[in-house]
Order: sequence, then C-alpha cells, then structure tokens
Amino acid sequence: MADLAIGHAARATDIKSDYLAMTRRKRMYSGVLLILFIALLASGFQLTNDRNAGGFLEGLPKLFEFPTELIWEAMQKAPALPGNLVRYFPALVETINIAAVSTLLGALGAIVLSLLSTRGLARWPRLIPVFRRMMDIMRALPEIVIALVLIFILGGGPVPAMIAIALHTVGALGKLFSEVNENADLKPVEGLHSVGASWFQRMWLGVMPQVAPNYLSYALLRFEINVRASAILGFVGAGGIGAELRVAISWGTGRYDAAAAIFQLLFLTIIVIDQISSHYRNKLVRGF
Amino acid sequence: MAVIDAGFDLSTAKAQAVRMLERKRLIAFGVPAIVLVYLVYIFFSFDVPGLAERARLDNVRILLSDTYSHKTHVERDSRTDKVTVAIERENKGTYAADAWPDWVKRDGASTMIDLPGDSHVRFDPDAVRFDIPGYGLLKIVQSPLGITIDAPTETLPSWINASESRVTVTRPEGRLTVTKTRAEVLRYFFGWELFWFTLDSPFYGKSATELLGLAVSGEEVRPGQSNIAAMASDFWNNAMWRHKDVAWAIFETILMAFLGTMGAAIAAFPLAFLAAKNFTPGLLARFGVRRLFDFLRGVDGLIWTIILSRAFGPGPLTGSLAMLLTDTGTFGKLFSEALENADPKQVEGLRSTGANAVQRSRFGVIPQIAPVILSQVLYYLESNTRSATIIGAIVGGGIGLLLTQAIQTQKDWEEVTYYIILTLVMVMSMDILSGWLRTRLIGKSAGHQPHP
Repeated sequence: MADLAIGHAARATDIKSDYLAMTRRKRMYSGVLLILFIALLASGFQLTNDRNAGGFLEGLPKLFEFPTELIWEAMQKAPALPGNLVRYFPALVETINIAAVSTLLGALGAIVLSLLSTRGLARWPRLIPVFRRMMDIMRALPEIVIALVLIFILGGGPVPAMIAIALHTVGALGKLFSEVNENADLKPVEGLHSVGASWFQRMWLGVMPQVAPNYLSYALLRFEINVRASAILGFVGAGGIGAELRVAISWGTGRYDAAAAIFQLLFLTIIVIDQISSHYRNKLVRGF
Repeated sequence: MAVIDAGFDLSTAKAQAVRMLERKRLIAFGVPAIVLVYLVYIFFSFDVPGLAERARLDNVRILLSDTYSHKTHVERDSRTDKVTVAIERENKGTYAADAWPDWVKRDGASTMIDLPGDSHVRFDPDAVRFDIPGYGLLKIVQSPLGITIDAPTETLPSWINASESRVTVTRPEGRLTVTKTRAEVLRYFFGWELFWFTLDSPFYGKSATELLGLAVSGEEVRPGQSNIAAMASDFWNNAMWRHKDVAWAIFETILMAFLGTMGAAIAAFPLAFLAAKNFTPGLLARFGVRRLFDFLRGVDGLIWTIILSRAFGPGPLTGSLAMLLTDTGTFGKLFSEALENADPKQVEGLRSTGANAVQRSRFGVIPQIAPVILSQVLYYLESNTRSATIIGAIVGGGIGLLLTQAIQTQKDWEEVTYYIILTLVMVMSMDILSGWLRTRLIGKSAGHQPHP
C-alpha cells in the first residue's frame, strides 16, 4: 500500500513537471510566433510607409484637416444642403439600382450554378468540377477589371458596373448557396423523383422551400456589400454617386458643400441598408 | 366527441387555411411580378436600348485579337525614306536596322515584305505595291498632292478603304495603310510578343532547348556573368513586360491586404470586449464603442480612402489604412457578438478557483472565441486581397494601378490579359491558402465561412 502511494506520488510529480515543461514550450513557441508576427507587421508598415507619397508621421497632423475643412464649409453653407441632397439623390438611386439589379441577377445565376455544383442535386454530376471552377473564377475576378473592360466595349453608364458586380456576385453567392444546399434534406427530392418530376420541378418544389430563407439572408448581406462596391466603381469610372463624388472633390476648396452632401447621402444609405438588412436577416435565420 | 367539438370550429379553421393558401398564392405570383416590373424599370432607366448604339463591337475584335496575338509594324517615312520594323510600334520593340526579321528584306532601294498566304508588299521608290493572290497587283502611288490607286478591278472591293489622303487595305494576312507621308504594313503573329526576352537580349528568339543548352554550357554569352544569371536578369528586367514591377505590384497588393486585415483585427480585439454585454456592464462605454464600430463601417472604404489620401498622399499605406479602419468596424461587431455568445460556465469555473478578470478572459473566453476570430480574419484576408486590387486603383498602388493604367491606354490588351490572369491566380491562391490555414488551425468543421 505504502509502495503504491509513493509510486503514485512520484508519477504525479513526473506528470506535473512534464506538464509544466510542455506549457513552457508551448508558451515559448507562441511567444516566438508572436514576435515574428509583430516584426512582419511592423516591417510591412515601414515598407508601405516608404512607398507612400507622404509619410505616416508627416500626414498624421493633417489627418483632420480635410474633414474639418469639409465640415466647416458644409456648416457655413448649411442652407444649400437640402438643395444638394435633392440634386444628388438621382445619382444615389442609380448606385442603389446598380447594386439591387446586380444582386438580383447574381443571385439567380448563383442559384442555378450552386444547384448544378452540389453533389446529390446536380443535373450533370460529371460537370460539378466545371461549374465549381466557373464560380471560383467569377469570385476571384475583381469587379473593377470587368467594369473597365466593359466600359471600353459598351461605353460609360451603369450597365458595365451592373454586369461586373453581377458576375462577382454569382461567384460569391454561389459558394455560399452550395454550402446551404449541402445541408438540404434529400428526401423530398427523392420523393419527387419517384413520381417522375423533372429536374427543374425537383429543385423548385423539393429544394427551394428548404433553402430559401438562407438564400435570402445571404443575398441581403450581399446587397449591402454591393452598394459599397457600386459606389466605388462609380468613383473609378462607372456612373452613380461615386462619379459625382469624384467630380465634387476635384472642385476643391470652396465647393466642398457638394462633397459633404454626397458623403452624408452615402453614409446614411449604407447605415440604413445595413440596419434593414440585418433586421430581416435575423428574422430569416431565426424564423418568422 | 364533445371534447373535440369544444374549442375547435371547423369552419374557422377552414377559413384560416384558405386565407393562408390565398396569401401564399399571392406571394408566389406577386414577388415575381414585382421583380419583373422592377427589371422593366431598370431596362429603361439604364438605357439598355441605347446601349446597342453606344456599344462598339469593333472594340471587341481589337480586344480579343490583341489578347492572344501581337502585330509587327513595318513603316516607311516618305520624307526620309527610312524603314523601321517595330513590334507593336514601340521603341522597346524596334529591330536594329541590320537585324530585321526574315520576312522583311531589302532589295536595292525597295523593301519587300512577305505576308502569309503568298501575299507580298513592296515599298518601291515610285509606289507601294501589294500583290494579293486571287486578286492581283494593287499599286498605290503617294504624292504630296494626293494618293492614286491602281487596282486590277474597276470597282474596289469592300476591304479597301480609299480616300484622297488615305488608303487602308484590311486583309486577314495583314493590313496596309498608306497616307501622303508614310506607308505601313501590319503583320499579325500568334502569342505575346517579347514575353521572355526583348530584342536587345542575346537570348531573344532562341528555342527552349537552345536556352537549356546555353544554360548548361560554360561559354559565357555575356562575359563575367553566368548564362543562367544573364537570362534571369534579362527576363526580370524585360522593358516590355516589366516583370520586376509586376511582381512587386502583386506583393504590394498582398501586403496591403495583410496589413489592413491584421491591423484591424489587432485594433478591434480589445475594443470588442468593451462592446460586449457580458464584459462591459457600463451602458455608456458599450454604446460609445458600438457606435464607433457602426461609424467606421458606415463611412465605408471609399470615403476613408479619400480622406486618408488627403493626409498621407497616394500610395499603399493609404490603402492599407483605409482597409484597416473599415474592417476595424466589421471585426469589432463580429468579435463582440462572438464574445456575447461565449459560454459563461467556463468563466464561472475559473472564478471559483479565484482567477482574476484578466485570467478569466485569457483561459475562459479566448479559447472559446479564438476559432471564430481566426476563421473570420482568414476569410477577410482573402476577400481583402481582392479589395486591395480595387483600392489600389484609387490610391495608386499594387496590381490595381497597373491594371487600370493598362486598360485606360486602350491598346495593350495583352498586358491587361496578363495582369488579369495574375490577379486571378493571386486571389485564388489566397483563397486556397486561407482555406488551408483555416482547416489546419481550427479543424474541418470550421472550414466554412462564418454565417452572416
């Protein structure tokens, strides 16, 4: 008995020292990793700082110059604000329309492609990798590339931006949708198959009711992202509020009231769409 | 029986069911109808009918043929009688006068240009002659007064476009343009021109086996430098394709995404504790931090980019700081939600052992939320690589800048194609890398993207 107790005690101290050694080793590893990571980050910032036109430290005091100037001028010209808001409202509508249509068309494309690339649901199981790669490529293409190439072909206006964002949306939503599809119950599909339903009928009646809430939730999130993307694309060359913002900023001091109005429109729109969409997403995911 | 009757009225139940079915039917027809009406409105609001007029389909042809082929220009200036042969008519692609390609020959005072399909163009002192098999000899005489054309047929075919000051002959084998002061032949070649070596490199025009032979042979093409090093340096410093600048631009884009994402994660992490209900009982602090997150997200990358480039000037730092600010808002919201969903039992357990607040967070909470945070950070790293391309176009850094510049010059479509392929490879490999890291660090179950 005594022997056994001593053996236990000895083992316990062994275990304890082993455990402490392991903890120390782990801590050392994570410490080294952390130092490496911080060094990487610091040298990265140093590098970008050197490549930038103005340095970080020189720029820091100027950080609030532009916003202050903008706000100051906007306050002085406060009576002009409603007029400016009205003036730029059509451009805002165009930006939102670009986002809405591209989300709509992109989601439709994503539904088809994701169904075609989900095991168990695919129309042509052999072609699953092809549709997957198609979605990967569409997702990886930055919108700006497609938009600029299309502007060369189609001329300016909202259509190139719309197509560009829609293509990217197909890829991005397609990936999420196919993850949703994988969790869908196959029993309704099999049931419909046994009564001779076509592929379209099986998808429409067997899969859609299961996945629709998740689809909608993802599409709403995508709409939020697409509003931002369409504003940025406008700034780079497509139409909408981004293009107006670019013009307004190039006017420079003395005309900042227009830029301030556009900033406010953009900010409010993004906040409002954010709130609405997160409200409905919560409702959709947690059930009505 | 009486039990069922009590509290259950068949007719109201039926009415309810009918109403529900009617509502469902209304939705089933109403939603597609609304979508359709909206699309019709968009069709006219975006002026899709007018698009057909504005669309320049010839640009499509230029774009497509440029992406896989290149053209070599042979040009004679009538005033100096000098003939130059240049790839894509660029300085960097001009052949030396004594090293023309074999399809351009000097013949006394004339220049003879062979085109595919046995066509020939001669720049003779008195005229430009284009010999087209199956059509005949086309003679074009340039004079300061105007251009006269002497064709074998009475009426000119549609592929010849002639006016007083300019004649253009567009054939599949090449294009001839003659104006009063110059004559120019374009010949198309498959592939990207000078992709590996430019004309001034001793390795230009050598086949892969020849290059391999040179690489292993001891004879130095450029004295004082091994052949492999010379090849690498000629390729790396290729003036036409600027491989060095492109590689740097790709690196810069990834760096911008990395700094933006990681910086945002580091900034958001401590703030998220302040925004989580179970860690900050004080309503005021919580409210303030949450509104800060909303503000950072709501202002949006575009506006941050504009404001920051006013202060820091254009460049990659501005781009990464803009991403950092926007993503601090996003991460703050996501992290604080993860914190609020953390299981309180583990914290209680630690509290029972007498652990203080920092220890409770370190050992009770962080192990729970680390997988969520890591998976979100990795997901954003991938998505920010793409954003960095777009932001780079605005702030003038990385591959985004090269891409927009190449597109806006509207002629180097082969370069645009090259950059697009590189961007695709870059984003897709970041996608694969982040997915791999996610499964590696967190396990299979967390390989998915976080649910919104």
